Amino acid sequence: MPTVTLNRKVFEKLIEKKLPIEKLKDRISMIGTDLEDITDEEISVEIFPNRPDMLSEQGFARAFKTFIGQAKGLSKYDIKSSGEKVIIDKSLQDVRPFTACAIVRNLDLDDEKIREIIQIQEKLHVTYGRNRKKVAIGIYPLEKIKLPITFKAEKPEDIIFQPLEGEKEIDANEILEQHDTGKKYAHLLEGKKKFPVFRDANNKILSMPPIINSHDVGKVDLNTKEVFIECSGFDFDVLHLALNMIITALADMGASVESMILEYSDKKKITPDLTPRKMKIDLDYVNKILGTNLGDKELKENLEKMGYGYEKGEVLIPAYRADILHQVDLIEDIAIAFGYENFEEIIPNVATTGQANSFEQFKEKVTNILVGLGYLETKTYCITNHQHQTYQMNFNAETIKLANSISEEFDTLRYWMIPSLLDVLASNKHQEYPQNLFEAGQVFKKGGTETGVLENSRLGVVICQNDADYTKIRQVLDLILNFLELKYEVVKEDHPSFIKGRCARIKAKGKKIAYVGEINPKVLSNFELDMPVAAFELNLTELFKLID
Amino acid sequence: MVDIKTLHNLERKTLPLIKEGILLSVLIDKSDLKDVEVMRAIQWLENKKLLSTKEEVSVKYELTSKGAESKEKGLPEKRFLKAIKDKRKQQTELNSELKKQGLSELSPPEMGVSIGLLKKNGFVNVINDKGTFFEITKEGEKANFDQLEKLLSNPIEDKEAIQRGLIQKVTRKDKIITITKELSTLQKDAKNYTSNTVDRLTPEMLKSGKWKDVEFREYDVEVNVPKINVGRKHFVNKSIEYMKRIWLDLGFTEMSGDMVQTIFWDLDTLFVPQDHPARQMQDTFYIKDPKSGKLPDLFKKVKEVHENGGDTGSTGWGGKWSKDEASQNMLRTHTTVLSAQYLEKIKNGEYKMPAKFFSVNKVFRNEALDWKHLFEFNQVEGIVVDPNANLKHLKGYLKEFFGKMGFTDVRMRPAHFPYTEPSVEVDVYNPRKKTWVELGGAGIFRPEVTKTLIGVEVPVLAWGLGMERIIVEYFGFKDLRDLYNNKLNLLREMKEWMK
Repeated sequence: MPTVTLNRKVFEKLIEKKLPIEKLKDRISMIGTDLEDITDEEISVEIFPNRPDMLSEQGFARAFKTFIGQAKGLSKYDIKSSGEKVIIDKSLQDVRPFTACAIVRNLDLDDEKIREIIQIQEKLHVTYGRNRKKVAIGIYPLEKIKLPITFKAEKPEDIIFQPLEGEKEIDANEILEQHDTGKKYAHLLEGKKKFPVFRDANNKILSMPPIINSHDVGKVDLNTKEVFIECSGFDFDVLHLALNMIITALADMGASVESMILEYSDKKKITPDLTPRKMKIDLDYVNKILGTNLGDKELKENLEKMGYGYEKGEVLIPAYRADILHQVDLIEDIAIAFGYENFEEIIPNVATTGQANSFEQFKEKVTNILVGLGYLETKTYCITNHQHQTYQMNFNAETIKLANSISEEFDTLRYWMIPSLLDVLASNKHQEYPQNLFEAGQVFKKGGTETGVLENSRLGVVICQNDADYTKIRQVLDLILNFLELKYEVVKEDHPSFIKGRCARIKAKGKKIAYVGEINPKVLSNFELDMPVAAFELNLTELFKLID
Repeated sequence: MVDIKTLHNLERKTLPLIKEGILLSVLIDKSDLKDVEVMRAIQWLENKKLLSTKEEVSVKYELTSKGAESKEKGLPEKRFLKAIKDKRKQQTELNSELKKQGLSELSPPEMGVSIGLLKKNGFVNVINDKGTFFEITKEGEKANFDQLEKLLSNPIEDKEAIQRGLIQKVTRKDKIITITKELSTLQKDAKNYTSNTVDRLTPEMLKSGKWKDVEFREYDVEVNVPKINVGRKHFVNKSIEYMKRIWLDLGFTEMSGDMVQTIFWDLDTLFVPQDHPARQMQDTFYIKDPKSGKLPDLFKKVKEVHENGGDTGSTGWGGKWSKDEASQNMLRTHTTVLSAQYLEKIKNGEYKMPAKFFSVNKVFRNEALDWKHLFEFNQVEGIVVDPNANLKHLKGYLKEFFGKMGFTDVRMRPAHFPYTEPSVEVDVYNPRKKTWVELGGAGIFRPEVTKTLIGVEVPVLAWGLGMERIIVEYFGFKDLRDLYNNKLNLLREMKEWMK
């Protein structure tokens, strides 16, 4: 989740109040943002992904100001019509079909404001814009552009311009191959025959979204007074929301915003449009979910505290709010306004009967037997190492491998338990013997389930001491199976991890449920163990089915 | 004042032999007891502050096994000279001559050593005359071995004898004993003390009734006894059992299910948008093979809800929902996947509302192991499916649970999860550290989730708490990895889960 660093002075000026630090900390966390750090100069907060509108000083302050009662309800913005046009060509259809645009004038920029604008743009790109895939934002000094603007798709070789921070004019393909930013975002245009491009009335290239702006007209500086802003992508509503988040922030900086006419091939649109969206709210439903007893007046107050308007059962949703899909989203904001700290706890009297999982209970009974025998339970990871499960055990198996583990040591799901236990023995060679251990854990192999992976719970038991042998480990296995009153047979069957002639398979009701034997010294030496080990591995899932 | 009666037999037997300044080794020599028994007795007496010991390093010279052999059989070179005293002899004739004289034969190594030494000292001449003969010289006749023989009977430092491997330097750690007045008194008491105290009660004594005639030595019951090792459950599992118990007592049913799931169940049924950042590779472990699984028919409904809200009254996320994307196999990132599956069981009629479910089980995140991150850990999951449930109940259940875990208060803060609305961050108050600690997420499932899975819109309270973070402080760890390093001494000695 993104963390933004806000200028505390700018923030305090915007909310028109200086709060004591403790109060500030408390309110920041109770509005639904995670405070990371606060100093005299800066406030670092983590903004949850549902509130991209709070990623700027202005957006954050706007929400905060109503929350602490410094303002209430919808913020009003005056948007004039510029009458200027953006022509959107249908060649963009399969490339990047939509844009939402605006003109902003009377910017009184300083270094701080430029930093703020860059931060809004960057944070929106990363979060709501999904790394420019969903939304790419361009801001251009209007002074260097001749209106109207055309947005269309062109062949890469026809798109020739000097990219931002580039040395010379190159074509679009070269940008994707050579320019750092071009290389970084090239995947977003992969497979496209034509690339999107904004041109002005003089046919000058503004940018090639979502990749890069032009060096000439794509950069705002201290002299910039007026800008043209565009958001491009695949869903008009999403772009319009992003645009609204930016222009409301700029308006809060003191600039004036003007709308533009977007001439699509089949329709006309005017952006930005800050008319609030309306949603019905059911007061009974609100009170039912929250366990509150709010009246219409309190509902209105709480909504206004969160920057909404409210008229007769309808909520007016600010045009920069991207997270209101259902009235439950409003209910959460009502709860925040009401104060999460003000909900008292209630234990309801709901008659239900507790029911433990029967397999888990069975597992507990079996492991209790081992504890009674003086065995120590270990707890190892299900994610382990392929070599370790197979090669080191002198054994071949098709384990379930992970596609993308960030650690080479942990690349596969556990196929069987004994290697995990041998690992524990190997890391405890300096500890007192005997070391008699057990663990019931999940093992994985291919099988006919919904996912194609079959999971079983297996019990591994090891005896590690001077005189560990077949008899000793068989006695333990026999004891468990006899307690369960299971009829079983012991069949000689060699296994490469065990000493030849000292390994057996346990069969019950036609199912093979366990291996038991003395571990092959070759395996012990692979684990650098110098104490004999006798072990068994019992399939508890299978066993449970047999005795059920 | 120590009573003679409380002394162990070993102590009592050793007592008369102890003198001021005596060495432990000397005491051992004098005693009829075994070395370890004397050492134990002295240790016990020292524990009772009846004497004190000081470590002393003593250097002694002793015969080596070779030296002892030479002492017993006579020096090999001396025997060699005796064999050729009267007449020069070939090497092969020497041993029969010695036998005749009633002396020990020379072994091949002794033979070699003797020849070398005797030649070096000019005690023999080697004559080649149809064979090799050894002849004693004038010096040889006068040769005197007294000094060396004296060393063998009373070993002291001697360069030559050490070089020949007859004598060795032995450094021994010993203890010098200093006695107390109390010990002297006890020694006097011991002289007059005759008893038939016994150490152990035996079955024979019980059968014969002899126990009536004996007195049992009194123990020093305050002394430390050696540790023993036991069989035990893993301490984390014990705390998991305890947590399960809490939920069972509160009327919750335990959920179970697979760790490998399709993304569909883990995220899509929970209305997590397909382009949500949490789905990216770095957070989730995907399965290489089988890469994808099969989806239940439910996917059609889930697709609709994602794209346009379906019949849930929501706008949905918009865009296209991809079945291929949802079919990928992964390791569950939360046990909320089980909650989703159990909600569907209500629709199937397997369970009835109101229903409460829980699980305490493993989840996986593709993160590097460090002190506060594990790639495999446990989540305490719970849902309450109750038409009358509300946010206050959620806080109630959490407070009840955490109260039983030793945390006095619970606080809710706003949070965000794609599948709950309202979403809650759960902080608990740690009365020992006097701070609030973040221990999990909670909320009420969105209608997009419940309507789709249950078929009707019912508020479902839900929580997913970090199990390890709840218990790590109890066991005194800072590093989460320590919970699963399986050090046996730790598993054997770890304090009990006493909640």
